[in-house]
Amino acid sequence: MHAMSVLGGRLASAATLLLCVIVLNFLMIHVAPGDPAAVIAGEMGGVSEEILAEIRRGYGLDQPLHVQLLRYLGKVATGDLGYSYYYNVPVIDLILERLGPTLLLLFTGLTFAIVVGVLLGVMSALKPDGLLSHAITVISLVGYSAPVFWTGMMLIIVFGAVLPIFPISNMRDITVFGGPLVRALDVAHHLVLPAFTLGVIYMAQYSRLCRASMLEVLKSDYVRTARAKGLSDRVIIGKHALRNAILPVITIAGLQLGQILSGSVLVETVFNWPGLGTLAYESVLRRDYPTLLGILSFSAVMVILINMLTDIVYRLVDPRIR
Amino acid sequence: MTADRPQAAAKKPSSPLREARAAFARNKAGVLGLVLLTLVVALAAIGPFVYPVDPFEIVSAPLTPPLHDAAVPLGSDYLGRDLLAGIVHGARVTLFVGGAAAAMTVTIGIVIGASAGYWGGRIDGLLMRLTEFFQVLPPLLFAMALVTLFTPSIPIIAFAIGLVSWPAMARLTRAEFLKIKPLGYVAATRSGGGGDGYLIWRVILPNAAPPLIVSAALVVGMAILFEAGLSFLGLGDPNVMSWGLIIGANREYIIDGWWTVTFPGFAVFVTVLGLSLIGDGLNDAFNPNLRER
Repeated sequence: MHAMSVLGGRLASAATLLLCVIVLNFLMIHVAPGDPAAVIAGEMGGVSEEILAEIRRGYGLDQPLHVQLLRYLGKVATGDLGYSYYYNVPVIDLILERLGPTLLLLFTGLTFAIVVGVLLGVMSALKPDGLLSHAITVISLVGYSAPVFWTGMMLIIVFGAVLPIFPISNMRDITVFGGPLVRALDVAHHLVLPAFTLGVIYMAQYSRLCRASMLEVLKSDYVRTARAKGLSDRVIIGKHALRNAILPVITIAGLQLGQILSGSVLVETVFNWPGLGTLAYESVLRRDYPTLLGILSFSAVMVILINMLTDIVYRLVDPRIR
Repeated sequence: MTADRPQAAAKKPSSPLREARAAFARNKAGVLGLVLLTLVVALAAIGPFVYPVDPFEIVSAPLTPPLHDAAVPLGSDYLGRDLLAGIVHGARVTLFVGGAAAAMTVTIGIVIGASAGYWGGRIDGLLMRLTEFFQVLPPLLFAMALVTLFTPSIPIIAFAIGLVSWPAMARLTRAEFLKIKPLGYVAATRSGGGGDGYLIWRVILPNAAPPLIVSAALVVGMAILFEAGLSFLGLGDPNVMSWGLIIGANREYIIDGWWTVTFPGFAVFVTVLGLSLIGDGLNDAFNPNLRER
């Protein structure tokens, strides 16, 4: 019963957030200087009055503002995010087409960051003053301070000019033919550098975080009890301490999702990864407002959904929250 | 109860501050950060006078490598513009945008966080909803949309960065206010006749300052990274040279001209590293018990 009401509350707040995102999107089109019809038309310059009138009628821009907002909400509810003026196809189609590569990059980068981060964090917590502890501190400081697109470019210079073992651009090699396995391996090969670039900063952050919470947990009473019972280090660390040390990492990873998505815009642009980030970059270059705003709302929705998912994962990892 | 009583209760004795300063001075990393930042600020302040080459002027062959042509000691970009001039003149723009954006982030964050933490109840609920809302919008995409809609110029860029990055600051401020508000000296000041404004600005905020100052140092670094990212994506002010602009302009030429992106990126890195080290040093200085982290 309690779990259901908690879930209901989460759903209600997610729905409110969603509504706010759509209203913001609407407002941004209207607050922007100039005629919203021209904005929607993409400020092509020299747009004929007939086309503008057509857009005004099509989007109901001749109606009062609150009517427009309601109409807009109705449109978005059916998945209609408007038309991309550049491609002249529905924005939602463009987004869905580019979603897969972005999710692949995000998922791989984040998994790398969490798994390696936790591993390094635990290892360095066992030797708080060891070399690894210091290395992690330095990497996390350096990783935090270097612009992510610059890190990516440095990797491109190294792996493009000096040591060409990884592809530095795109997601596939068009000269590679073969079965699904060959193609999957090709994508994985292309994924190495972008995923590393995106994940390495967070890896260092998570290892610091995990190390700190692990040190905390290892001092706690229940670990002392486990030790007194004569349990081995493996069981104590693997079963008792690790679970609690992972929790802050999951929390922070969930909170940082929007930020990681932002990082992926830059990483995708650097590596020409054909995802939502490059689409956003291209939309900026082409002043394709509907697509850019569509990506913004879509990403916000994605963050809301994944946050809910994180919440559920959290409950699974920590049985106390139920 | 005399009128100066609340003030006496509110004011921290000066010795912890002096202790913190001494602790910071002992922190090698923090001092290194201060040195790095001082160098960058000096570059921004006097660099353009010492090296008055126009960063937009074409002065040599395109993509001249560093140390090949005396006119362009750090090499030239894809158009033949002097890279050193770009870095020297870009320092001002980068620091200015970073500083202005950070000032905005901190101001919005503190006003919203302090109001939420101090008044609590419905105001808190509303403001936290707002914070949550701004947190689900991916900051870079949101800033990209704002800057594209309102045409890229320095004030718009600083405004956009501030508008998308305040939530973390607001949460921190709120948490500090919630921690300090129930303390005895706040109640004592209130019973001594301190109004809301006085309690917020003169009593609670000064006592919440240490973590806020640490986070402000990091916010400046983040804002600089943010500006670099936006200019890299072609959303910088095209009329002023910034480090991100150089990187963005030359991104197609990184294999043939590694220096064009390496040096300006390194400048960003050194600046943000300086600020991060200062933040870490301040954190250690303010929390002597938390050094092991």
